Amino acid sequence: MRALCWEGRKHVEVRDVPDPEILAPKDAILRVTSTAICGSDLHLYDGFIPTMRKGDILGHEFMGEVVEVGKANTRLKVGDRVVVPFAIACGGCFFCQKELYSCCDNTNPNASMLEKLQGSSAAGLFGYSHLYGGYAGGQAEYVRVPFAQVGPIQVPDSLSDEQVLFLSDIFPTGWMAAENCQIEPGDTVAIWGCGPVGQFAIRSAFLQGATRVIAIDDVPERLDLAAEAGAETLDDSEGDVLERIEAMTGGRGPDSCMDAVGMEAHGHGPQAAYDRVKQTLRLATDRPGVLRMAIQACRKGGTVSIPGVYGGFIDKVPMGAAFGKGLTLKMGQTHVHRYLRPLLERIEKNEIDPSFIVSHRMNLDDAPQAYAMFRDHDDGCTKVVLKP
Amino acid sequence: MSALPTPIARPIRKVVRRFARPVNLGPAERWLSAVAGGGLVLFGLTRRRRIPGVALAMTGAGLAWRGITGHCDVYGLLGVDRAPDRAVRVEESVTVHRPAAELYRFWRNLENLPRVFEHLISVGETDAKHSHWVATAPADVPVEWDAQIVADREGEVIAWRTSEDSEISHRGSVRFDPATGGRGTLVTVSLEYAPPAGRAGVAIAKLLGEDPKAQIHEDLRRFKQVAEAGEVPTTDGQPSGRESREDERRAS
Repeated sequence: MRALCWEGRKHVEVRDVPDPEILAPKDAILRVTSTAICGSDLHLYDGFIPTMRKGDILGHEFMGEVVEVGKANTRLKVGDRVVVPFAIACGGCFFCQKELYSCCDNTNPNASMLEKLQGSSAAGLFGYSHLYGGYAGGQAEYVRVPFAQVGPIQVPDSLSDEQVLFLSDIFPTGWMAAENCQIEPGDTVAIWGCGPVGQFAIRSAFLQGATRVIAIDDVPERLDLAAEAGAETLDDSEGDVLERIEAMTGGRGPDSCMDAVGMEAHGHGPQAAYDRVKQTLRLATDRPGVLRMAIQACRKGGTVSIPGVYGGFIDKVPMGAAFGKGLTLKMGQTHVHRYLRPLLERIEKNEIDPSFIVSHRMNLDDAPQAYAMFRDHDDGCTKVVLKP
Repeated sequence: MSALPTPIARPIRKVVRRFARPVNLGPAERWLSAVAGGGLVLFGLTRRRRIPGVALAMTGAGLAWRGITGHCDVYGLLGVDRAPDRAVRVEESVTVHRPAAELYRFWRNLENLPRVFEHLISVGETDAKHSHWVATAPADVPVEWDAQIVADREGEVIAWRTSEDSEISHRGSVRFDPATGGRGTLVTVSLEYAPPAGRAGVAIAKLLGEDPKAQIHEDLRRFKQVAEAGEVPTTDGQPSGRESREDERRAS
């Protein structure tokens, strides 16, 4: 089959690889009908996530048709049309039972590696480094889905691929990021990063009752998309963001602030340059420019929600400000499984149509160009859907 | 030596291992011998009168060496052994989100254990108390042993020991205790075996690898995975761009 393989920093290639096979009793094999490139794939592309190996198949946003099931998989049958959560959960451990699916104890074959780094392991992820299990991803013609008894959700034929595909990651991720803001009626939410997750977060924040959303980015098309959803937009290349947010919120600050950017924040000015140098020299793994601003801007007693991915160590985080203002920080990989059913219902009720985010549809064979385009925001690229 | 910081202790340990003979001193006597010997060396070397000074220093060096290695030639000649009990003990726990009774039943059916213990090939129960075990260490011939259950309380504990003429000699137990707040079961495995000196010791040391605690930790992880998730997660045999390159190489 054809599959997109990671070959090194800023180097991905579509190659012929063997077809996947059932390897464990609860597995299923899908014929992928649609797959997308995620902003977090760009962290892999840019080489900032450790333990990638040449030849690893990428992709954690995908859906398709079941073509084979393992002997212990009683939930799925051949022909089912399903969307698959990017995190793999066993369903039986303490964490799965608490619906903290991305904290699953049992799905990472390389648990001991992650355990050494962060104290305990987390769930295995599709196509997201060997630290997270080294599972082959879904930017391919076929994909093996382990623990398919638990994750995949059947979707009705009345909805198109593009309407349901983003249940695999970015819609639940934006939704949980908004939930983590602990929004109350009347709240103002400031969201840094108007990429796909930020866009879903803006819409989710409104659906969860926010009165105002302030969206911050420097890419015009993305700001336009945010404005379409009803957000007030701030172009952060046009002057001091903190000052402007303070003015917009009557000096009080937003009730909650969201970092939907993560470890590769671009930023402006000397501190951004300093972060970039440190990251390039591998003195720091992540560039936390947005996180610093979110903490600084947030009102007293407010919440900072962090859906943006961080992978290692960061520097000069204003912990004093976070403490002094009594902030709550909420973060982590999305517990996708928890949101599949309720968000699918919202799509069916037409409360939201996730296909708004798609700017480009391309063939899997053109995935290398798609990565470069998405990374550089060329041609107004907000989201690429690949067709195998 | 364990009280010394690693950068100092490591080179000393290296030299000591090179020349050491079996420990036959108790820990307190070792320290006393090492400290007094060291003091005597300093005292001797700072004396004005050279010959008695050097003699004192040499005596001190002998004492210090005796302390560092833990071996005394005189004790050796007299057949005195004051070394502490040398059995190796390893204990490791895991919290499993299942009731103790269920985990006990899985374990008590010894034939299940090769599913979770990496190096076990088979376990056959010969009768209610006796069993025959076959295991293999990486790149080694299989070893076999017989074991006997010496304590067995339903849902609480299973303890065993190997028969005396076994190639692999050890005692062990697995306890199933309720985890705090009723959140599953704390499973604790304890193993006790001779250090890798005799034949039996070497065989079990090979099975448990360089870090026995880590090996048991991984085995218990698999036990938890089977108990909670019904299978052990794997990626063995999945596709990647690597295989295809090897195929290409083979084809060309």
